[in-house]
Amino acid sequence: MSEKKLMKGNEAVAEGAIRGGCRYFFGYPITPQNEIPEYMSWRIREVGGDFIQAESELAAINMVYGAAGAGARAMTSSSSPGVSLKQEGISYIAMAELPCVIVNMTRSGPGLGGIQPSQGDYFQATKGGGHGDYHLLTYAPSTVQEAVDLLYDAWDKSEKYRVPVFILGDGILGQIMEPVSFKPMKEMPDPETKDFATTGKHHGKDRRIVNSLYIEPEICEPRNLELQEKYRLLAENETMCEEYHCDDAEYIITAFGSVGRIVRTAVDDLRAKGLKVGMIRPITVYPFPSAVYKKYADKASVKGFLDVELNAGQMIEDVKLSIECKKPVEFLGKLGGYVVSPEEICEKVMEVLK
Amino acid sequence: MATVYKKSAMLTDTPLHYCPGCTHGIAHKLIAETIEELGLVDNVVGIAPVGCGVFAYNYFNCDMQEAAHGRAPAVASAIKRVHKNTAVFSYQGDGDLASIGMAEIVHAATRGENITVIFINNAIYGMTGGQMAPTTLEGQKATTCIYGRQVRSAEGEVINGNPIHVSELLATLDGPAYIERVMLTDPANVMKAKKAVKKAFEYQMAKKGFTFVEIMSGCPTNWYMSPADALSFVKNEMTKKYPLGVFKDIEEAK
Repeated sequence: MSEKKLMKGNEAVAEGAIRGGCRYFFGYPITPQNEIPEYMSWRIREVGGDFIQAESELAAINMVYGAAGAGARAMTSSSSPGVSLKQEGISYIAMAELPCVIVNMTRSGPGLGGIQPSQGDYFQATKGGGHGDYHLLTYAPSTVQEAVDLLYDAWDKSEKYRVPVFILGDGILGQIMEPVSFKPMKEMPDPETKDFATTGKHHGKDRRIVNSLYIEPEICEPRNLELQEKYRLLAENETMCEEYHCDDAEYIITAFGSVGRIVRTAVDDLRAKGLKVGMIRPITVYPFPSAVYKKYADKASVKGFLDVELNAGQMIEDVKLSIECKKPVEFLGKLGGYVVSPEEICEKVMEVLK
Repeated sequence: MATVYKKSAMLTDTPLHYCPGCTHGIAHKLIAETIEELGLVDNVVGIAPVGCGVFAYNYFNCDMQEAAHGRAPAVASAIKRVHKNTAVFSYQGDGDLASIGMAEIVHAATRGENITVIFINNAIYGMTGGQMAPTTLEGQKATTCIYGRQVRSAEGEVINGNPIHVSELLATLDGPAYIERVMLTDPANVMKAKKAVKKAFEYQMAKKGFTFVEIMSGCPTNWYMSPADALSFVKNEMTKKYPLGVFKDIEEAK
């Protein structure tokens, strides 16, 4: 680990991706993620990679498709409306099983919405997003350091499962400045070492085809089932979750991403008041850490859950499915770019526990 | 016995799905022969479009990627950035390139990406059953302009609007090194088209910039014509709107 450096979230995410072996970046300007393409535009060439400021989000994600299909470690980033535009390409990438990373520093919606932080894209990030039955390995980092660490291994994971990795950040994570340390540089593996890569060197029986078209059901169904099997493996092996003061907790607050750091403060404040409160924070929002929720829902000492999100209630559906109606689940949401405060969370918990 | 002709090794043995009288097959052959003649057999990636050429990855005997509708130039640009000394070509129709993919083709061209785009212009959406294309001629019938393409009504209201001249449009940009429009109506023109395709690949490999060959093609099925009549239509009608010729050649300009 290098010594700590104070960096803006977006720039740290860009450097973190490069440390993870990313050498090709394709992006389009949109607030609040602009520092990622800006940083990448000069930095990625220093490490022998290449950068295109694409003509659109559509072009950018299809450039990722091309580069990833050619065997490179490629990435794009955007924010909510831009990520909606990328969904067609992400669906193609999912079916073509190309490893890559997509970052969404979300803003509020729907439509053009606003540029303040929001978590309204949870459904899109966890349920597929584009057309067809697919998922992404979706991480929701809570701090800049966590984002950087997840990106460090993101391509290794993505190449192992050949499932795209999606980083569900938000405006807070992108714009905050935090101390962060970086691990040593990973080099991008030679594209020729990848058995699917269209490097141009193959013809005849060995030639490679990157494709998502399977027009006969007898081929398309098995392809779909293969994808589903990968999602099962992801759930088995890659689910990540933080449990904070959950051991003796009588009430559990749950949140993902940046809201997790606000809930952490609320848990500390409530504990100082003598209330036995804990936090579950999924780090992978797909696959969802259902077993962790179920474990606490099954405990007699746990009275209930409070789900806190910067949306109208999206992750709460996965929480409720996970705890199988065994305990009540309350909701506290903020919409349109407002950020919830620790005081509001404490107030809500005390009201519920009254 | 001496072999006087054989199928290019850059084409697979998969039977083409194209309709009788369609010139996609000839266009494929010209590209395949060019790749072979330029010694690029082990150094080429192709990109198939969405449209009639969607299965091109089954026919070209090299590494291929199948792109989303219209996005082939973006896919090609990225592949080229990763493999800078490999030939990269996209094969696209008029709906794919000149309608849904207009942004991608214009920007790949203006950046001057060292790629070759083969543009098949048959003035119709073939794969989806004959809808009006951005290149459908005024008066030409299609399933979404059944009385023939009408630009404006007598009162001046827009009905179907105007067709697009793609080669002319791209030739206004600084990035292209070579742009030519050809047709495949007779042996002499097929040979001219071959020269154009070869020049495009040569310029690409010399990193001169973006290269583009527009090949006008007949669509007997959706034009409701015999193959011979379709070729006559290309020669006598399409060329009035889309004249043959070189629209850009940075070597000639020097």
